[in-house]
Amino acid sequence: MARPLPRFPEPDTQPFWEATKRHELVYPTCDACGNIVFYPRRHCPKCGGRSLTWHVSKGEGTVYTYSVVRQNRNPAFKDLGAYAVAYIDLDEGFRMMSNIVGVNDPTKDIHIGMRVRVHWEDQPGGEVALPLFVPA
Amino acid sequence: MAGQQRQAAIVGIYEYPLRKVEPGMTALRIKAECAARALEDAGLTWKDVDGVFDAAEGGPAGSGLAISEYFGFYPSVIDTTSVGGSSYEFLAAHAMRAIAAGKCKVALLTYGSTAHTDARAIGTGGMAGLGPPNPVGNMEDPWGQTLIANYAMVAHRHMYQYGTTPAQLAEIAVTTRAHAVRNPQAVKAMEDLGFVGTGEITVQDVLESRMIADPLHLLDCCMISDGGGAVVIAAPEVARDCRKTPVWLIGAGEATRYPENGRDITISAAAQSGPAAFGEAGVRPDEIDVAMIYDSFTITVLTILEDLGFCKKGEGGHFVEGGRLRWDTPGLALNTDGGGLSSNHPGMRGIFLLIEATRQLRGESTAQKAGARLAVAHGNGGMLGSRHSGGTIILARD
Repeated sequence: MARPLPRFPEPDTQPFWEATKRHELVYPTCDACGNIVFYPRRHCPKCGGRSLTWHVSKGEGTVYTYSVVRQNRNPAFKDLGAYAVAYIDLDEGFRMMSNIVGVNDPTKDIHIGMRVRVHWEDQPGGEVALPLFVPA
Repeated sequence: MAGQQRQAAIVGIYEYPLRKVEPGMTALRIKAECAARALEDAGLTWKDVDGVFDAAEGGPAGSGLAISEYFGFYPSVIDTTSVGGSSYEFLAAHAMRAIAAGKCKVALLTYGSTAHTDARAIGTGGMAGLGPPNPVGNMEDPWGQTLIANYAMVAHRHMYQYGTTPAQLAEIAVTTRAHAVRNPQAVKAMEDLGFVGTGEITVQDVLESRMIADPLHLLDCCMISDGGGAVVIAAPEVARDCRKTPVWLIGAGEATRYPENGRDITISAAAQSGPAAFGEAGVRPDEIDVAMIYDSFTITVLTILEDLGFCKKGEGGHFVEGGRLRWDTPGLALNTDGGGLSSNHPGMRGIFLLIEATRQLRGESTAQKAGARLAVAHGNGGMLGSRHSGGTIILARD
């Protein structure tokens, strides 16, 4: 069973997911105050500005915090075994949730402050690609 | 305490005694049963109620209109604020203000849930794909974050920033269980829900229980029970004639927090709601006798104790060590009913924080803090590591 994917129509996050097809991690900034609007939405939550510009991230960042999930009753995650959910602080200044993969044992090989980079996982059907993170 | 306002008091309470309800029991019936018993506790009647305060879970059948009709009330105030587990602290604050403004005289707070019977996997169910497409779901559903993992991420960050240890977190579960074993309802809850052991536990027991989401073990997590309760809040002129001694609501604070770029997730909404409530009450944390803190997880309590100002940020681990928060040791007592960890957690525990704080200030608790005069109830709703609400209520006896 495939993991849950973003669902559309959802206009606030659609540009983010469209860009994943090109393996681009994108984020909008507020033209008025410069705030990075993340999660993406129609307006800037800091100042209410409604003029936003999208940028492409280098996809490199630092683990802010994480947990290793040992039990999830959602059958989509059964096959993963123990897996790591994390907040990643991207170097451009936005924080996003993702999974950290590419380690032998997520309970031992992940730590706060470690450097990571995006790792694209194409999804069946090509609708989106998932931005996972691996040790840099 | 000069200048302190005493404009509304808790005069009636009732906690539904079962955590695994009888077949055929529904949330609405639990609410009605608790309402009748809480009014009886106050010495008031069904006809006295003119304010309905309920978090109104369950769609149209549970709406403010539907509940008022089901009860048979014609309220002049209806409030159905629903912000997760802290909803009943928010509702108590709103009842206090509605009464102070003269908009109602007898406010009834009701809660009922059959979360256990419905086998709701609140902590480990994952939260993907609920409702219509939405921005938060689209950015978070793919990662398989469980609710427990969200709180666990706060725990990891707290350990990283301050050196807090799993053993210190476990101390909270140990203290809470010591209180639960004195509470017959909590003991029955643990029996009915199939706890492996229903006696006191040690730090070692917590650390050896299975890991659910690192660094949180099974015994760092609350139970999922059925249950419910009711609280009657009344104006001073009503309160003076009630059966039990009034427990005054003297301060309230409400706040929210969201995921933000660069935010320190070890600091919760309590850091805003707490000072607001203490400020209104005109009291300091070190004057509080009993703290009823929402214990969805051990980390929730540790974070909130710091944010409310019982100790400095980052010193919570040391603060909770050595049984310091037990009912029978000097100073502050924590979650004296056994908490969500060991007594009652049907999804929104906030109402039980108010109920046990009231018992303490009446002298009715099964783990009674000698001479308790001031209590705080702090509810946390939603997810501590991302979007959550914090509601603080300060309570005082005459």
